[in-house]
Amino acid sequence: MTLADDVLNGSRRALARALTLVENGGAGADEILTALFPRTGQAWIIGVTGAPGTGKSSLVNALAKAYRAEAKTVAIVAVDPTSPFSGGAILGDRIRMRDLSGDSGVFIRSMATRGSLGGLARTTRDVMRVLDAAGYDIILVETVGAGQSEVDIARAAQTTLVVEAPGLGDDVQAIKAGILEIADILVVNKADRPGADNTVRGLRAMLELGHPAAKSQMISHHGQMMKVQSAAHSNDQPLWLPPVIRTVATADKAAGVETGIGELIEAITAHRRFLETAGMADQLERSRMEIELYDRLQNALMARLLATVGEDRLSEILARIQARELDPHRAVLLILEGQEIA
Amino acid sequence: MTKRATRVLIAKPGLDGHDRGAKVIARALRDAGFEVIYTGLRQTPEMIAEAALQEDVDVVGLSILSGAHMALVPRIREVMNASELQDIPIIIGGIIPDDDKPVLQQMGVSGIFGPGTSTEEIVAHINALVDAHNKTSGGVSTPS
Repeated sequence: MTLADDVLNGSRRALARALTLVENGGAGADEILTALFPRTGQAWIIGVTGAPGTGKSSLVNALAKAYRAEAKTVAIVAVDPTSPFSGGAILGDRIRMRDLSGDSGVFIRSMATRGSLGGLARTTRDVMRVLDAAGYDIILVETVGAGQSEVDIARAAQTTLVVEAPGLGDDVQAIKAGILEIADILVVNKADRPGADNTVRGLRAMLELGHPAAKSQMISHHGQMMKVQSAAHSNDQPLWLPPVIRTVATADKAAGVETGIGELIEAITAHRRFLETAGMADQLERSRMEIELYDRLQNALMARLLATVGEDRLSEILARIQARELDPHRAVLLILEGQEIA
Repeated sequence: MTKRATRVLIAKPGLDGHDRGAKVIARALRDAGFEVIYTGLRQTPEMIAEAALQEDVDVVGLSILSGAHMALVPRIREVMNASELQDIPIIIGGIIPDDDKPVLQQMGVSGIFGPGTSTEEIVAHINALVDAHNKTSGGVSTPS
């Protein structure tokens, strides 16, 4: 029996090992991903992003509990940053997820970014794929505490939640480009705190100023967000208006405090239904695959090219650029064409 | 990229609330280039074994200051073994009387680090454990 078979048969130890293998990359990773790929595409992937301290981990914990109550199995991928100095990391998201321990329908895996800057690790996509093949119904992906431009999650998840908390910035923050634009659902967590009404109002005002473009346009074009059209220009496509949901992820429902998690789950379900009925889920998946294919092609071509050019040649060319004998543009042509270009 | 990052679980079983030591160690291991899964206070043996399994760690580090190590450690080892984690070594930091050390070592605790231990010593110990494990399993191990 291969490791892939054990994963498909539900061995949790095998799953954990497969995730390590995939995270470390290399030939073993390729082999298991190839074996598991036909079994992927079943899970619904929910991305959770937002600034540090907005309560992403607590929200993921609360969502996982709610999905478990519906008898859905849940995998959680929690990403924390790798230190750029030591290469080490402290992965502390499990602290907020202790409610989920002892439940065999939940699998939590922490990941370090290992140098990647978009809010996820380079291999998060592959890790999600393994969990998908292992049969989890819902995959919750928590990004690193994201600032304004860590938007990789929108390309990895089917439903993206952007979590805000009261008191983090004025209205202008809300109309800046970037992270708010990728939200399918905006969550104002810690909504029992002062200022929550202002935050909700600011976000609603932002949405009224102009809706984020249809997501397929945002994430297509080979992995770059090149074009963000306003709603007025995309009449041909049905438009999803991101709702603003208030939550108190750590509230105790039994104590009579409204958590808002029920509403959030409903919004996620509505978004899923929207994507599926509008035929956009397929379209999104296609652009996602397209991006991935281009990414991988780029890396493979680059590796192949560098192998043929050789390090000596590269450092020689680099020296000539530094000496101002050659400009970077002509250097590229030189490397690609293999000869001096007049 | 191809080098396997060493993953260490740092957990604090039992009921005492002093987690400063655990945090200092977690930080030192981070600075040594390890990926530290930090689970925080008041972990049950079951929670520790579950986290060690899901996170596929190389080493489990326990911080115990309460004096309950002779009750907690055997139980944690037992639960971990029941989850097929018998090959994952346990190390302990905290206040452990000399008389208890041989007993714990017999249970398969590979390192016991009392107050005043340098973090370099702990890092070296973990690296040696990982090297030894890689040698016996030939790198990536596959469950049969």
